[in-house]
Amino acid sequence: MARAVTTRRKAAFTLCAWAIGLTIFFPILWTVLTSFKTEAQAIADPPTLLFFQWTTENYSEVLGRSNYFRHFANSVIISVGSTILGLIIAIPAAWSMAFVPAKRTKDVLMWMLSTKMLPPVGVLIPIYLIFRDTGLLDSRIGLVIVMTLINLPIIVWMLFTYFKEIPGEILEAARMDGATLWSEIIYVLTPMAVPGIASTMLLNIILAWNEAFWTLNLTTTNAAPLTAFIASYSSPEGLFYAKLSAASAMAIAPILIMGWFSQKQLVRGLTFGAVK
Amino acid sequence: MTFKSLMLGACSVLAMAGVASAETLTIATVNNGDMIRMQKLTDDFTAKNPGIEVEWVTLEENVLRQKVTTDVATKGGQYDVMTIGTYEVPIWGQKGWLVSLNDLPASYDVDDILPAIRGGLTVDGELYAAPFYGESSMVMYRTDLMEKAGLEMPEAPSWQFVRDAAKAMTDKDAGVYGVCLRGKAGWGENVAFLTATANSFGAKWFDMDWKPQFDSAEWKEALTFYIEMMNESGPPGASSNGFNENLSLTQTGKCGMWIDATVAASFVTNPKDSTVADKMGFALAPDTGLGKRGNWLWAWSLAIPAGTQKEAAAKKFVEWATSKEYLALVAEKEGWANVPPGTRASLYANPEYAKVPFAKMTLDSINSADPTNPTVDKVPYVGVQFVAIPEFQGIATAVGQQFSAALAGTTSIDDALANAQRLTTRAMTKAGYIK
Repeated sequence: MARAVTTRRKAAFTLCAWAIGLTIFFPILWTVLTSFKTEAQAIADPPTLLFFQWTTENYSEVLGRSNYFRHFANSVIISVGSTILGLIIAIPAAWSMAFVPAKRTKDVLMWMLSTKMLPPVGVLIPIYLIFRDTGLLDSRIGLVIVMTLINLPIIVWMLFTYFKEIPGEILEAARMDGATLWSEIIYVLTPMAVPGIASTMLLNIILAWNEAFWTLNLTTTNAAPLTAFIASYSSPEGLFYAKLSAASAMAIAPILIMGWFSQKQLVRGLTFGAVK
Repeated sequence: MTFKSLMLGACSVLAMAGVASAETLTIATVNNGDMIRMQKLTDDFTAKNPGIEVEWVTLEENVLRQKVTTDVATKGGQYDVMTIGTYEVPIWGQKGWLVSLNDLPASYDVDDILPAIRGGLTVDGELYAAPFYGESSMVMYRTDLMEKAGLEMPEAPSWQFVRDAAKAMTDKDAGVYGVCLRGKAGWGENVAFLTATANSFGAKWFDMDWKPQFDSAEWKEALTFYIEMMNESGPPGASSNGFNENLSLTQTGKCGMWIDATVAASFVTNPKDSTVADKMGFALAPDTGLGKRGNWLWAWSLAIPAGTQKEAAAKKFVEWATSKEYLALVAEKEGWANVPPGTRASLYANPEYAKVPFAKMTLDSINSADPTNPTVDKVPYVGVQFVAIPEFQGIATAVGQQFSAALAGTTSIDDALANAQRLTTRAMTKAGYIK
């Protein structure tokens, strides 16, 4: 009897999980389906799910009109570049906060997080002027710097949480064996925190890939990533849903595939330390 | 031999320097059919202007507006040519943010630009932008449904006729609604439509002392008429319908009438996208007999920001894209129906273009709008469906939310107007217009 109840519960939970999963995935599925419709089919009422005349016309149009590969390369450079730069800064910062905390460490952490609460548009003009005067407008390096700065609080916080889980005694033992500060961070701490660093890295790449405020405002042509590519297919006057869906599908595909392959690592990292 | 080699080398260096100094213009533009067509025809410009390359930045209207405003205000110099509307031109021109186009050559024939459009792009006698395409608004109606209802659409209908016709054409069981109008909140959405409509009812945004006028009887009459008509004959969920939603409804045969931008005529008559392409008729925007029709005036125009380092090349591009020759080029490559409308008188004098079904009505609609004299009474502002002051976007967005809420029935008409009056008075006082 107990086993039957457990099986029924399991089935109910599985069904529930699938329902939630499909609901969350539905907008992406709908975007992909719409990308294969004509503009007229895209607005048809009632909408058609699968039985329509499939066309790749939107993809040809989008590829013909925009330089997808340049936008793609910019997205890769900006998201990976900002993640590497962020990790270089955040690993020592998180180490010091986790292993040699000061009286105000918690306050510093909270202050770092509070910078994420400021609406970005509030600092658009000052940053725009700095970029203009330093020649960083529409440059990849400028975007890498901005992405690093806006995601740094999250990287530091995540790494701080992982580092806190590592016993301080191991580092002490390394020190007793004569390890310097840098060799302690590079050869002892970093290898032990690889899962945490990997998930932080993945999350940061996703955040930088999807960021659409700064990437739209600080670029024009040379450094414009895939967010700008998508934005060029929306229109308040005229039908654009099918072409916009094709552009969106092409923009999210790389990060979606990366997320798929690394989901185990990502989930592990995000839930690390959640249950003690 | 040595001298020859030296000369050859020098020539090569000079040639390479020539290539290296080729100017690249960065052009910011909106994503719509006419602009995309222009991008595809860029080769014609570069062939005629060797040494000038063109890079396009195509964006959705609101994103574009935010980006180019930031750039022009900070003299960022990211763009050499910008696509801006009739709302921005007077404000930016007055601030000295745009390069004057008064020195375009005689061959450009600036006098050929339609006076209403040219007036909206001129500040103190200086032309600050060249119109790429112009639009007004008009009634687009289903000829078959009108016939079925036993009615005939006059060329210049009244609001009362439109309301009665909408009622007669509505068949809610069949999913056909007599009238589709903008209800989605936004200064470029429902406020554009309602401001133009209110003009025809004798209402205005401000009196000569910049005092808001939402507490006037004219505004109440206009808003009440609109909401009652939409409740009688409009589609469900109309408070979230903007241009694109109404376009979809019309193209799928669910609207008897749609009053909106003249540019939509080419969409609803395009058999590729519209199921009612051969059943569409056009008429002037309605009036109430007070001398003003409920149509607006807008022109997407090309302007050169004052911060550009490539003014001469930018002027060449603007001249090319807004010339008579460009219109002929589009006609040759894509047909007359795809020529950017509403900018040049010579286009409407062309017998080939006259065959386009909506050509005459577009011209008549544009000619009947006057941005410098938009209302029945005298007002201190320029603009038909907007007020050309920097504060308008913010105020109108909030006012649009009130009107949209009234249409949705979540607030009363009186409360919506009272709130609009209050918030506009507060903003105008803060901005220093009201002492």
